[in-house]
Amino acid sequence: MLNLIGRRALQGLLTLLLVSFLVFAGTELLPGDVAQAVLGQHATPESLQELRVQLGLDRPAALRYVSWLAGVIHLDFGVSLASQVPVRTLVMDRLGHTLILAGLSAAVAVPIAFVIGLGAATRPAGVFDRISSIAALCVSALPEFFLGTLLVLIFAVNLRWLPAIAYVTEFRSFGQMVTSLAMPVATLAAVIISQMARMIRATVVNVLSLPYVEMAVLKGVSYRRIILVHALRNAVGPIANVVALNLAYLVSGIVVVETVFVYPGLARLLVDAVSSRDFPVIQACVLIFCAVYIALMLLADIAAIIGNPRLRHQE
Amino acid sequence: MNRRLLDIQNLTIESVATRKPVVRGVSLAIAPGEVLAIIGESGSGKTTLGLTALGHIRPGLQVASGRVLLDGADLLSMGPAALRSMRGRRVAYVAQSAAASFNPSLMIGEQVIEPALVHGIVPADEARARALELYHDLSLPDPANIETRYPHQVSGGQLQRLMAAMAMCCGPQLLVLDEPTTALDVTTQIGVLEAFKRAIRQQGAAALYISHDLAVVSQIADRVVVLHKGVTQEEGPSQAIINAPKASYTRTLLSAYKQWAPGAVAAPTATVGSPLLTASNITAGYGQNPTRGPRVVAVRSVDLEVHRSSVVAIIGESGSGKSSLARVIAGLLPSASGEIHLAGTRLPKTVEQRSKDQLRRIQIVFQSPDVALNPAHTVEQILGRSLALFGGNRRRERGALVRDILEMVQLPAEFARRKPSELSGGQKQRINLARALAAQPELILCDEITSALDTVVAASIIDLLRRLRAERGLAFIFITHDISTAASFADEIAVMYRGEIVERGPTDKVLNRPEHPYTKILVDSVPQLEAGWLEAAAGRRECLLASGGGVTLAD
Repeated sequence: MLNLIGRRALQGLLTLLLVSFLVFAGTELLPGDVAQAVLGQHATPESLQELRVQLGLDRPAALRYVSWLAGVIHLDFGVSLASQVPVRTLVMDRLGHTLILAGLSAAVAVPIAFVIGLGAATRPAGVFDRISSIAALCVSALPEFFLGTLLVLIFAVNLRWLPAIAYVTEFRSFGQMVTSLAMPVATLAAVIISQMARMIRATVVNVLSLPYVEMAVLKGVSYRRIILVHALRNAVGPIANVVALNLAYLVSGIVVVETVFVYPGLARLLVDAVSSRDFPVIQACVLIFCAVYIALMLLADIAAIIGNPRLRHQE
Repeated sequence: MNRRLLDIQNLTIESVATRKPVVRGVSLAIAPGEVLAIIGESGSGKTTLGLTALGHIRPGLQVASGRVLLDGADLLSMGPAALRSMRGRRVAYVAQSAAASFNPSLMIGEQVIEPALVHGIVPADEARARALELYHDLSLPDPANIETRYPHQVSGGQLQRLMAAMAMCCGPQLLVLDEPTTALDVTTQIGVLEAFKRAIRQQGAAALYISHDLAVVSQIADRVVVLHKGVTQEEGPSQAIINAPKASYTRTLLSAYKQWAPGAVAAPTATVGSPLLTASNITAGYGQNPTRGPRVVAVRSVDLEVHRSSVVAIIGESGSGKSSLARVIAGLLPSASGEIHLAGTRLPKTVEQRSKDQLRRIQIVFQSPDVALNPAHTVEQILGRSLALFGGNRRRERGALVRDILEMVQLPAEFARRKPSELSGGQKQRINLARALAAQPELILCDEITSALDTVVAASIIDLLRRLRAERGLAFIFITHDISTAASFADEIAVMYRGEIVERGPTDKVLNRPEHPYTKILVDSVPQLEAGWLEAAAGRRECLLASGGGVTLAD
């Protein structure tokens, strides 16, 4: 089993390497000249040239990629072009905020999705199943920016219960954290809850239709035990897979939500960096998002391996 | 009958959607300690009936009328809690497929003692001790360690016994056994059957034994109920039903049942001239590089000859390499060494290297038409592809050709417009065969093509093959684990054991005067109708295995 996991981890690292190349190539292809962007419209050709040399932009792209990659391995992402601050400092400032937002969303979403999914699976086509599945379909059809704006309209503009933006640099109290994060977390959680609940329901319904579940019924095993022991034990691999995939989906959702709620997280930093053509920051942020995504995929794979006794007990 | 343990009264069960009855007005009773068998084909409602003894009605079905009394209490009107406390404790179930009925994620021991634990009969360690006793009784190897293994780590025959242990763990009054040995090889079946019979006796339990196999039933049951399309045909003591069947359906069943008894084999056709197909010294297997030193060897140094319009049956237990050999001959599995000649010409190893004409002359028919036939295509399209590829004929002529081929497999011409899902199991198998015939082959490889069919339907397919051979001079390699079918149809039999052909010769010689110890065990494992066969055969088997010249059986 460790062999298998090791191989998957290696594949993950290779993917990350490939992604780093794509990220670098992608920023190379972005229109516009960095020196021009930094110095503005009225820069003289000489000063532009001087800046290019200073930034090393006159060197071939392959060479720049290798030296950038060497830096990244030592967690040195270069210096921001816009603010001349090391990218690592910028990223570290924002990463905490994003982790709080994502962590809270996951912590809220996973248990709720489990309860809804299992509840719907125990009585397929029952009242709860129908209501939850219609609700889940509606929510997953709404894009985050719409859902977020809708929440702002209701709770901030009309009811005035919560602040419309979550622009906080530090959390002074738990109460303040709750009020400022309630809407961003709700927006992110709603979307992944609906996806996860539907997938958990489908997985459990599928397992419940298998012969060994009928066998358990015929052994006189209680319904509760059938769900919690017989079904869940076999569904846990696929479900962990679904959860990890949805947490990975948070990565893209967070970009939108941080923008809508003006939340000072990593995604917001990325969006700002794109508008100011701050390449080192863009590269660092995208690479971090991709690494998180790949790590979650790896976790999903490992969960599937551990959940399957055939793979778990492989010689 | 003095006391009735289980009493099913005038029971009718119907489909919720169509209201079509699956079981119609069936009554039967079982006394304590009695073994009653229900005999029927697939779709006869025997499993549905068996499950009612546990008060279980599958989703999609409902009870229309009738009662199912267990010791006088109606199971069909019991509440869920009462049913749960009865299931597994007083009545226990043994399913056909142990592989599907064991939870793959739980250890075997946990599952075997689960009924005892959930019913709170005994503490865990006592339950485990009782399970260990049952493992011994059921002759399971390494009983002390089997409980910590997972279902995928033990063989099918062992799992089937373990399921019996699971059922007997609470000491139930009634066991419902639903085709418990059907999925097993005959050599495995005999051991499992004997273990079941012994364990049922020791427990003093009554049993409802569901099966389609008359011979198996005659060995284990006191009485038999014959079920056809949900209706009881007749009921009586086992030997009376077999020796003097009254209902016409029972007579059909008995006559279609090609009971192979020593002495009765097909007359061989004379083989003259050079063979159509010669396979010499074939070794093949699986792994990353199957042509150069396969990691798992499936076929080892095999020689085989097939003459024109003759039938060679390859028999042996599952995993003995029968299908792999067919795949080598068809070019689907490249061999590691050895040569195949078709009418004197050496055949390339793979399908890709063979010429279209070489491909046309050897066709293969797979066991399951559900997998082999494209469900989105009509019969005409399925046959038309084969015709277009090998016949090169015009589109306009194809309609007539399809009709001809359908006639060859005795199906009406209007079937051309149907899709596989609109056909019965036997009809699908005929189309599967017709697809091969469309290529106008000289040799057809049949891989277990009658195994999934009911006895009556399988017999009609064999009749069809026999006619095709006589009328068209077709040769067949007929792979089967069913010795009775091989005996009734084949000129020559090759016995495969662990990848090797251990014995080969005329059917009469191989089956009636077997030489290799494995052949002896195999032939002796075919269930016979006469009373007392099981114990006698099991005894002979022990002797053979003790002096068997290195033969060991998978269980």
